[in-house]
Amino acid sequence: MTPTKNPPRPGGPTGAGAGRGPRGGRGPRPSGAAARVRRRLSGSAAGLAALVIAVVWTVPTAGLLISSFRPAEQIRTTGWWTFLSSPDVTLDNYRDVLFGSANDGRLASHLVNSFVITLPSTVFVLGVAALAAYALAWIDFRGRDWLFLGIFALQIVPLQMSLVPMLRFFSQGVAVGGVQVLPAWELTGAMAFTNVWVAHAVFGLPLGVFLLHNFISQLPRSLFEAARVDGAGHGRIFLRIVLPLITPALVSLGIFQFLWVWNDLLVALIFTGGDTATAPLTVRLAELAGTRGEAWHRLTAGAFVSMVVPLTVFFLLQRYFVRGLLAGSVKG
Amino acid sequence: MEYSFLSELPKIVWMLIGIASFLAAIGLLLVLVDVPRTRRDRWQAFLFLAPALVLLVGGLVYPALRTTVLSFHDRSGEEFVGLANYVWMFQRPEILLVLRNTLLWVVFAPVLATAIGLLYAVLIDRSRFESVAKSLVFMPMAISFVGASIIWRFVFAYRPADQEQYGLFNQIVVWLGGEPRLWLLEQPLNTFLLILVLIWVQAGFAMVVLSAAIKAIPSETVEAARIDGAGAWQLFTRITLPSVWPTVLVVLVTITVQTLKVFDIVRTMTGGNYGTSVIANEMYSQAFQQGQTGQGSALAVFLFVLVVPLVVLQIRRTRKARELS
Repeated sequence: MTPTKNPPRPGGPTGAGAGRGPRGGRGPRPSGAAARVRRRLSGSAAGLAALVIAVVWTVPTAGLLISSFRPAEQIRTTGWWTFLSSPDVTLDNYRDVLFGSANDGRLASHLVNSFVITLPSTVFVLGVAALAAYALAWIDFRGRDWLFLGIFALQIVPLQMSLVPMLRFFSQGVAVGGVQVLPAWELTGAMAFTNVWVAHAVFGLPLGVFLLHNFISQLPRSLFEAARVDGAGHGRIFLRIVLPLITPALVSLGIFQFLWVWNDLLVALIFTGGDTATAPLTVRLAELAGTRGEAWHRLTAGAFVSMVVPLTVFFLLQRYFVRGLLAGSVKG
Repeated sequence: MEYSFLSELPKIVWMLIGIASFLAAIGLLLVLVDVPRTRRDRWQAFLFLAPALVLLVGGLVYPALRTTVLSFHDRSGEEFVGLANYVWMFQRPEILLVLRNTLLWVVFAPVLATAIGLLYAVLIDRSRFESVAKSLVFMPMAISFVGASIIWRFVFAYRPADQEQYGLFNQIVVWLGGEPRLWLLEQPLNTFLLILVLIWVQAGFAMVVLSAAIKAIPSETVEAARIDGAGAWQLFTRITLPSVWPTVLVVLVTITVQTLKVFDIVRTMTGGNYGTSVIANEMYSQAFQQGQTGQGSALAVFLFVLVVPLVVLQIRRTRKARELS
């Protein structure tokens, strides 16, 4: 069941495209010529160039990773490339930065915050977008195409355009002519996360509706006709037929939204209001980098704490990730 | 104070409550849709669309209009000041510097990221290590800009000349016989070093997309060119490049939009100090740190104006690309 043509699918970074000539080209077949070109192209000079790029793209990360396991004293005095001559490994940096004093970062708490922010934001977008996409694809009503176009066009609006008024909405509520229509959201403690959820849900929606609409609108019409003949309403069709069928698209969008929210700094910075209690990893790390720029034993370990989750998602679900990424190239 | 996991419990409970009530609300909505035996399509469509419309109108449409209005008002948002905020933007030297920096970003980051991505994609195409090679360069896409910035700040870290360097960049400089320097403080070089971080992140995106485009070139075309005696370079300029050119443009525009809105890198690398600020960072700083709502809004509107033509172009290109495929 693959009703998608959009979004474009490259087959993942590791996937080879199907339907092409044999790889390598052994034997005297015509493709042997092409293979020779390729071989020459990936000859010594080209191979070297590729190697240089690969090294430049990997070494900075490797340096940080190695450093994060070195004793603080050594990080401060010698480069990480001396690691092989004095291979002392310690987990102290991680222990300090995760569970140490609040000054050291106490990232364990912010790691939890990142999850508490990211999971609902993702679920909200998936749910609301799926509902809207279904209606836009399969329920007939006047102005449907215009509405879809409008939501689609909202992808253009940079989120900077809505930050100031949205923050005011949360902190002051809505007043029309001096009359308070909606009260301020005076959420404290754990409930303060709600602001960030709503903000992220809003910013993720235009893309989400667009992606899921592409997918849902290509389901076969006969499916819906049969269900309606059987007397199922839209609610049941959505729940029993559509949701199971669009799972691959939901996974793609979910991963994309998850990583986007997890890695976001700006939205969290504004809607957690600089409150350390609700700040996610990115906000706290940026803060540590600003105020304690030379405390590298904390920063190196801290940076990796924040990368573990996205990297895991990335390596496990690379193909889905790429698909979502390609489709989401205009988001933000 | 010892860290105790117990203090995290309220958050997790609230998260579960949040998710559960959301799912319950959706379930209720679906039941509600099917209840009235009349089943008017308009009513049902409205119910399905209501959550999205409330969020989008309340969170995006209205605020965007409001920001536009605010950009013509003073910092309190009450006094109309006409175009004063826009005049301010194009007159103050420090904001002109911000605009110049943004221009530097837009000129260099997308082109270099795309070029490196394309080069790498061509070089590793169908080599033995292709999938590993791709993962290495693509990996930065998965981590946050904040994480990437910390990685690169460590590379540019500085120690006085009489001490041992731990920043890779300064160490290489020392090995080559130079003096270690505070690279991130030197204008205008520091802006280029920040741009390098974005290139480092985005090249992987360009590489993956372009690699897919390269693989879509029919092998017959390549073979025919080869039989006609085309060398590697000719093959690239006559066959590969023209074939993937539409994709190159899509990638370029996509990265340009990202570049215009770059915020996290500047924030984490320099905090926008030492002459490295860009529009998105200045918008944040004006609106949320200095309380200059009007000026911040004007910057946001300007950003919007810059992004619109690019996204329109993008959508038209994507549509064209889809028709072709």
